[in-house]
Amino acid sequence: MAFDAAAKADTFPKLLVRNARLYGARPSMRHKDLGIWQTWTWAEVLELVRAYAIGLSRLGLKRGETIAIVGSNRPKLYWSVMAAQMLGAVPVPVYADAVADELSFVLAHADVRFAAVEDQEQIDKIQSVLDRLPKLELMLYDETRGLRDYDHAKLRSMDDVIADGRKALAADPTLGEWLDGEIAAGKGSDPSIILYTSGTTGASKGVVLSGERSIQAATDTVIFDKLTEKDVALAYLPLAWVGDHYLNYAQGLVAGFCMACPESADTATSDLREIGPSFYFAPPRTLEVLLTRVMIRMEDASAIKRKMFHYFIGVARKYGERILNGESVPLGGRFLYWLGNILVYAPLKNVLGFSRVRVAYTAGEAIGPDLFAFYRSIGLNFKQLYGQTEAFLYVTAQPDGEIHSDTVGPACPHVDIRIADNGEVLFKSPGMFIGYFKDAAKTAEVMTPDGFVKTGDAGYFDEKTGHLKIIDRAKDVGRLNDGTMFPPKYIENKLKFFPDIREAVAYGDKHDFVTVMLNIDLTAVGSWAERNNVSYGSYQELAGHPEVYAMMERHVAEVNRSMAEDKVMAGAQIKRFLVLHKELDADDGELTRTQKVRRGFVAERYAALVKALYDGSKEADISTEVTFEDGRKGTLSARVKIHDMQPVPVPGTLGKAA
Amino acid sequence: MRAPDGPDVMAGEVLLSVANVSLSFGGVKAISGVSFDIRKGEIRAIIGPNGAGKTSMLNVINGFYQPQEGVITFKGKARAKMRPHDAADGGIARTFQNVALFRGMTALDNIMAGRTLKMHKNLFWQLLRHGPAMVEEVEHRHRVEEIIDFLKIQEIRRTPVARLPYGLQKRVELGRALAMEPDLLLLDEPMAGMNIEEKEDMSRFILDVNEHYGTTIALIEHDMGVVMDLSDRVVVLDHGIKIADGTPAEVMKNQAVIDAYLGVAH
Repeated sequence: MAFDAAAKADTFPKLLVRNARLYGARPSMRHKDLGIWQTWTWAEVLELVRAYAIGLSRLGLKRGETIAIVGSNRPKLYWSVMAAQMLGAVPVPVYADAVADELSFVLAHADVRFAAVEDQEQIDKIQSVLDRLPKLELMLYDETRGLRDYDHAKLRSMDDVIADGRKALAADPTLGEWLDGEIAAGKGSDPSIILYTSGTTGASKGVVLSGERSIQAATDTVIFDKLTEKDVALAYLPLAWVGDHYLNYAQGLVAGFCMACPESADTATSDLREIGPSFYFAPPRTLEVLLTRVMIRMEDASAIKRKMFHYFIGVARKYGERILNGESVPLGGRFLYWLGNILVYAPLKNVLGFSRVRVAYTAGEAIGPDLFAFYRSIGLNFKQLYGQTEAFLYVTAQPDGEIHSDTVGPACPHVDIRIADNGEVLFKSPGMFIGYFKDAAKTAEVMTPDGFVKTGDAGYFDEKTGHLKIIDRAKDVGRLNDGTMFPPKYIENKLKFFPDIREAVAYGDKHDFVTVMLNIDLTAVGSWAERNNVSYGSYQELAGHPEVYAMMERHVAEVNRSMAEDKVMAGAQIKRFLVLHKELDADDGELTRTQKVRRGFVAERYAALVKALYDGSKEADISTEVTFEDGRKGTLSARVKIHDMQPVPVPGTLGKAA
Repeated sequence: MRAPDGPDVMAGEVLLSVANVSLSFGGVKAISGVSFDIRKGEIRAIIGPNGAGKTSMLNVINGFYQPQEGVITFKGKARAKMRPHDAADGGIARTFQNVALFRGMTALDNIMAGRTLKMHKNLFWQLLRHGPAMVEEVEHRHRVEEIIDFLKIQEIRRTPVARLPYGLQKRVELGRALAMEPDLLLLDEPMAGMNIEEKEDMSRFILDVNEHYGTTIALIEHDMGVVMDLSDRVVVLDHGIKIADGTPAEVMKNQAVIDAYLGVAH
């Protein structure tokens, strides 16, 4: 079994050596290049990485030093990580789409002398901030295109470095022994990688993880999900994100499974279909986009197909999850589901690339119950997990058969969870980070005296299931003037579960009641408008359309109804709402790059609207500056209507409402 | 790269020249007595107001129109007129002002079509799609995949081109022209109808083609910014007559050019 041997290997290079021995001829990495899937076995990868490591050491990379990894999911970048680790150096992956400023912050903060980058684009970015990176000596690149006329004093192709290492290894047999010594000299407690947090909550911090702890955590989940060397994963999420490093890199090395890299970021959907992964992770937003695409395409299908699709999706809704959870289902239901699988579910899963998915996770934000149920009902074993970079991902995960859309599951094996008095979730886990890089003060800030890590999230254990429920960031949970708890994210998510609502921003802290600003989803509402003969000339016009307002009012009423059922939340029902005239956009600073709403900034920018939401006016004027894609700026003015809602009476207090 | 007829032309030498070329349709004179040359490895722009005879000039060069007067010298061989298959065989490829792709075919198939002239196995083998024909097809597919990679259109490989946005169709058309591995690439308004971002992308690709494949490029373009940034030399036509020829900076200062573009008080 994979994990028995893994227990002995306490660094990733040692695991690589082990995998080459155990699964030498099995695929380790796939990459689609020039339209054809190329495969490297574990033995080949080991040979390559050894040569690469020698090449890097000949360039001067030493134990304890850092090396930046910048780019998308490409084999050579993963091998750069492995080769650096083999020498005891610490890789520092950076988001490929980071702007030059963010990039220079991380590269400077991490003291990198070397950077392994994907292509010309990244090199240009780094060169534009080179004056801020006095320590940077050399950039290694994967893609040679467009670099012919560049000054190569600070550039080296990865292929050349690998070839150089290979030649040196062949010429000098003692070099191989030296490298074996270096691998053996790596200690499990040494830093293995530094992952910079995306900076949603302030400046990004470098989370230092050790090999031993990373491998321990990955081993626990590999056993938990019964992953083996026969599994396949598609590495399409950002390389610098803890999820990719954990799910693909760490679990891949521990279990010995094959990691496939897409041809390019844009082809991930079709690559998914070709690879047919057995282990899959997708954030809720991706799942939502996929489902929306399926639904829109079904609207265009012939009447018979459409009828069949909707009928069997109805069947799946009724029986699918129960079958997946192993509950009892009447024979007729089983038969219909079996038929539906032949006619609808299996072909649909095939189109989506999910035919072979055995274990799938979603995490990152709350997932809509309908969305979650849809994927599970067609037989996909989607589960939720909760975690963060500081924990090396997993804190909780749902075991097979105990799946709920509004919980994130019980604590993972060997993880301790505690809820602080202010509702904040604290944890202690095997994969826990060592500390923030060069920031002992921050490290001390997030640790409790007895060694627990503060997550910054507010949550509680659900009484019925015993699972953890996350409601919001601890610091965002506010109070209405009457003392009612107000978790804005919780309310926003409930609204966003409606496909027609793309974004919602809730206000209520230190106010008398809760109000929201809504963003319509142009795809969903636009398609609705087309089918219902609602004509509109612009986003703004559609957003302000009376029929759209009526639709939004129904959705808000629905949310109020569901909140009224929960005693804690009943007082936080939405009293007034408006539909924004423009889409919230990261270019205007209204969303983070990871598409999360920056509530405080939005409140400032739309102060006139927030004021109007609370002073009882029926409409308000607003004009805002917008940034176009090419960087030019313009102004957008609108008159926005505000609607009042009738609160749903809370059961038991009916008398008071009357 | 390749030269089935005529000797190899070294970089910087004249690859193609037209001398005193005149073309008329009935009584309409499209081009009268125009001479200029295109040197190997350069990006040569042909500009001028509407109706100046730019597209006609390209059509003369690749043999689509036959001039009544003048001599066209390509790779050292002088001809009174070019024939389309001479041009294609000799390594001249082009794109069109209005996209001219096989609309129902995928991007991949469209670019493969650019390899037709390079496929030598006979119809019998082609129909069998086995043995030598397969070997040949695989080799050609490899070159096409390189172009797809070069133009970064992997995600639309299997998409019928009719479904693609205009900017991408233009890119596929460039891909098809590149598939011929041309020595001389004629681009007829490669940026027409594009937004700023698409124009920047296309400019990048044109420069990359010129640098990476060493392809000589002659292009017609209306966007002066693009012309000034991309081209090494510019020839200016007006009413079928050459009014200026030189570097972008020289041409910009030329009074005749300014008059032609801005008009003069009569």
